[in-house]
Amino acid sequence: MTATHAGRFGVFGGRYVPETLMSNMIALEAAFDDARRDAAFQAEVATTLAHFVGRPTPLYHAQRLSAAWGGQVYLKREDLTHTGAHKINNAVGQALLAKRMGKRRIVAETGAGQHGVATAAACARLGLECIVYMGALDCERQRPNVERMRLLGATVHPCEGGSRNLKIAINEAIRDWIANPDSTHYLIGSVVGPHPYPLMVREFQRVIGDEARQQFTRVAPRPDAVIACVGGGSNAMGLFAGFIEDAAVELHGVEAGGSGDATAATLNHGRPGVLHGALSYLLQDAEGQILNTHSVAAGLDYPGVGPEHSFLKDSGRARYHVVGDQEALAAFKELCALEGILPAIESSHALAFARRILADRQGLRVIVNLSGRGDKDLPGLLAKGLV
Amino acid sequence: MAAVTIEQAFEQAVAAKRRALVPFLMSGFPTRQGFSEALKEAATLADVIEVGVPFSDPLADGPVIQAAAAQALKQGTTLAQTLNDVAGLKAPPIVLMLSINQVLSGGAQNFASRIKAAGVAGAIVPDLPLEESGSLRSEFEAQGLTLLSMLAPTTAPQRMKTIAASAKGFLYLISSAGVTGTRETFPPETLAYVRRVKQLSRAPVCVGFGISKPEHVKQLADADGFIVGSALIKAQSQGRSILEVLQPLSQAL
Repeated sequence: MTATHAGRFGVFGGRYVPETLMSNMIALEAAFDDARRDAAFQAEVATTLAHFVGRPTPLYHAQRLSAAWGGQVYLKREDLTHTGAHKINNAVGQALLAKRMGKRRIVAETGAGQHGVATAAACARLGLECIVYMGALDCERQRPNVERMRLLGATVHPCEGGSRNLKIAINEAIRDWIANPDSTHYLIGSVVGPHPYPLMVREFQRVIGDEARQQFTRVAPRPDAVIACVGGGSNAMGLFAGFIEDAAVELHGVEAGGSGDATAATLNHGRPGVLHGALSYLLQDAEGQILNTHSVAAGLDYPGVGPEHSFLKDSGRARYHVVGDQEALAAFKELCALEGILPAIESSHALAFARRILADRQGLRVIVNLSGRGDKDLPGLLAKGLV
Repeated sequence: MAAVTIEQAFEQAVAAKRRALVPFLMSGFPTRQGFSEALKEAATLADVIEVGVPFSDPLADGPVIQAAAAQALKQGTTLAQTLNDVAGLKAPPIVLMLSINQVLSGGAQNFASRIKAAGVAGAIVPDLPLEESGSLRSEFEAQGLTLLSMLAPTTAPQRMKTIAASAKGFLYLISSAGVTGTRETFPPETLAYVRRVKQLSRAPVCVGFGISKPEHVKQLADADGFIVGSALIKAQSQGRSILEVLQPLSQAL
């Protein structure tokens, strides 16, 4: 596993936060270190994952898709978890940690709404107050998830400014935390943010990769490649964590290319900078102003990326590709038609790249992280005539 | 070049037996010309002037300064323009406030040389805590610039000692948890916190976040100086002169 030195992955990461939050960051780091070593805490997480989340999720051999694309495609079915995406793995872990720290109020950001729904569910279960910040555009295009969060007892704050998407939601969540540092835990949904978040979220998500590695041994000792979409990059880090030490397994991350000039492909088109507390690749202009992004997938529509991905890119251990809106939508429809599975539009970016790599290299055995289900996307995509 | 250093500015205030006044203005707000005029007005009463270089995603700022930054950016405000507009001012000393990404974007060394050449005395980088500040601190020291430190009420006692002991120029005390913007009043604990920090710091201690009226200066009387930002920006956006806010404060010092 990538070593962290003072919260760094190589040169990336760190802790660039206003002084008001430093005490919270130091306390969180200590609490997470302590919880990691506590067998009782680990057992509580494991029980919650089994009985509330529904783990382990299947590793599904998509046979018709494999035949159509010319390889062997295995889908890690995170779409089958409770609340419908991998986000719940991290949400239950951090919610248990917050409760252990005596925090009664949780704030979270959400893009596609999956992290917001997962956090709302985890908080409802533990009796914690839950406030979710969501870009106003995302509230419109992921309407079903806004309703779900409210039903689960969360307060949803639509955020204006910028592209009215994930970046603005994170800004507002951090500002809330600055105003309420004592009572509140910020339950960040991806491997982004200041140390220890990138490390902690990866550890709560590594169950994806650990399970997949074990499950794949039924087929062969190892897959040739594992593939996941990357917005902030939590489902990808979770999957990669199970395979990173096995140099024979290729790691592929897939960024959202959007359409036209607009993109959210940070690792492919950005340069290093600091956003939301960490040094990582960043879509920014010459003055260091953060650029607005666009992708059909709200969950990938972010100008930053987790610092460990920046490290894996520069070290060459993982490779990062770009898939645009149209190619993702085509894969979305193909999985529906051939396998009877409706994927999230985010996960469809990873599927589209699997198709591309199999077209080049026939017969490859790949695991694709089906990070979430697509029910949330249907109203928006149908309204735009995209599916 | 700035004729007066930050240290000299505070010495002059002490000699005159009053607390220092540190207005915050946003570069390029409400317009480039409006900023230049406000800068001249502020200079008549200020001991140090803090100039914000607008950033797209300011985490520690409330709605008033966020909106000012967004408007200034929309009008094309850049670091180069800001340096150009402050370069003519001989006194009081100017410190910039901006995000670490704006500093790193063109390289820390380059940033330090550019602001030095414009006669700027130093900078406040709110999202650069002590632990991450080593390399920028050395660049600044090499150029004779001051990197100002911040303290918050949430800062733990040991950390408070470390930061206060190494503070240069002045120590920026965040009055209370939360983003920048108006607070109606300050509880007694805020004054106790100011006193505690004053015992630890050799540098003058200035309070910011929510300072807008003479009552605040009276409530926090032990501070060496007061930073006022959102109240000025609000006046500017209502078409009023910043002196309407600064004069009563100045008289209370």
